[in-house]
Amino acid sequence: MLYNILIAVAVVSGIGLICGIVLALASHFMAVKVDEKKEAVRACLPGVNCGACGYTGCDGYAAALVKGDAEVNLCIPGADAVAKKLAEVLGVEFTDVIEKVAIVHCGGDCKSTERKEIYEGIETCAAANLLYGGTGKCSFGCLGFGDCKAVCKSNAICIEDGIAHVSTTLCIGCGMCVRACPKHIISLVPDIIQTVVFCSNREKGATVRKECVSGCIGCKKCEKLCPEQAIVVRDNLAEVDSQKCTGCGICADNCPVGCIKVGSFLGAHK
Amino acid sequence: MFKTLIVILMSSVLVNNYVLSKFLGICPFLGVSKKLDQATGMGLSVIFVMLVSTAVTYPIQKFVLDRLGLGYLQTIVFILVIAALVQFIEIVLKKFIPSLHRSLGIYLPLITTNCAVLGVTIQNITDGYNFLESMVSSLGCGLGFLLAMVLFSGVRSRIENCDAPECFKGLPATLIAASIVSLSFFGFAGIVENLFA
Repeated sequence: MLYNILIAVAVVSGIGLICGIVLALASHFMAVKVDEKKEAVRACLPGVNCGACGYTGCDGYAAALVKGDAEVNLCIPGADAVAKKLAEVLGVEFTDVIEKVAIVHCGGDCKSTERKEIYEGIETCAAANLLYGGTGKCSFGCLGFGDCKAVCKSNAICIEDGIAHVSTTLCIGCGMCVRACPKHIISLVPDIIQTVVFCSNREKGATVRKECVSGCIGCKKCEKLCPEQAIVVRDNLAEVDSQKCTGCGICADNCPVGCIKVGSFLGAHK
Repeated sequence: MFKTLIVILMSSVLVNNYVLSKFLGICPFLGVSKKLDQATGMGLSVIFVMLVSTAVTYPIQKFVLDRLGLGYLQTIVFILVIAALVQFIEIVLKKFIPSLHRSLGIYLPLITTNCAVLGVTIQNITDGYNFLESMVSSLGCGLGFLLAMVLFSGVRSRIENCDAPECFKGLPATLIAASIVSLSFFGFAGIVENLFA
């Protein structure tokens, strides 16, 4: 009886021992050298894998940094804090990160514009856009199904009155929503921007007026009034140069449709 | 001989499908079947691990456990060996084929103690297969797992786009779909044996 038990114990522990020895030997002889510098660099990065740096996720950026192919200021979600850490680890000079925020260039909420069709399909912007360019009268505007909201990792986007709004204080500027929007009306702008045009419609004024009461009609009033020449109407749509703009607000006060807004759009880093 | 092997292969892919008929390996079936590429990766890893673990556990059963009359230790010894084996494979892959390790790497630890893998190795012994038959049966089970994963990932992507009632969204709808897919596989019962009759 005792003999049987001993045999069983011996067999199981023998097999266990063999497995253990083989694994120990394997991990000793086949250990892959991990680049310590790369590990350290990777630890500095936020790990959102957003691709804002232009590399395939944080691992790709870390590899490029170690090789010396990349600047330390490319991580927009990490901002200055990460750039400083990276500069320290790599022993290079710190360069300032241009922090960015995402802006949805559309003001066509349910009070300003109407739907041209009743849509009953897959409830994503990408799907709705495939059917005659979406449900709204304005073919440039936000569809409001929230593809951007679905990809946002910092919960900075909400859908209100049928269009997407970015809460800039939560936005880390990763640009995932920019890539998700089938209408391409979300853009990443330097967060020092003070004046934003909430419209993307490049139709002529009369057409815009029929589609949406908040749309930019390209009247050039803002262009004429701006003391800094920071706002230009191009293809029937006002565009702001954030470098020149002082945020005086003259354009916003005089815009006949009220699609220009002045304020602070500082992102989550500030 | 050749006919027997074909019957074993076909019956383990279709009739005795480990996921859909025996309900083993449900965890990865529900967990990793969200996207087609992940499902394929997991399925291929499972085929690989099933083959290797059968190749190792079969001799252990025949030459160690049966010789010493320790058949009752089958489960614990097999778990021990398979777990160690998968770890070993992971180390080897990491060293020699890093690209394969990157694509299979995350799935390998998941398979370490997967019940489908243990189930295949034990079932091969219970069915009294010889070594070649065991290997074919493992290949078939792995292919069956891959088939189930790929089919179900397709079903799942359709469910994701459906406007299901709120209480059914997510896992409930997935489980109902899984049961329907599994029902459809019962249609294969009795087919394979008659194929070569």
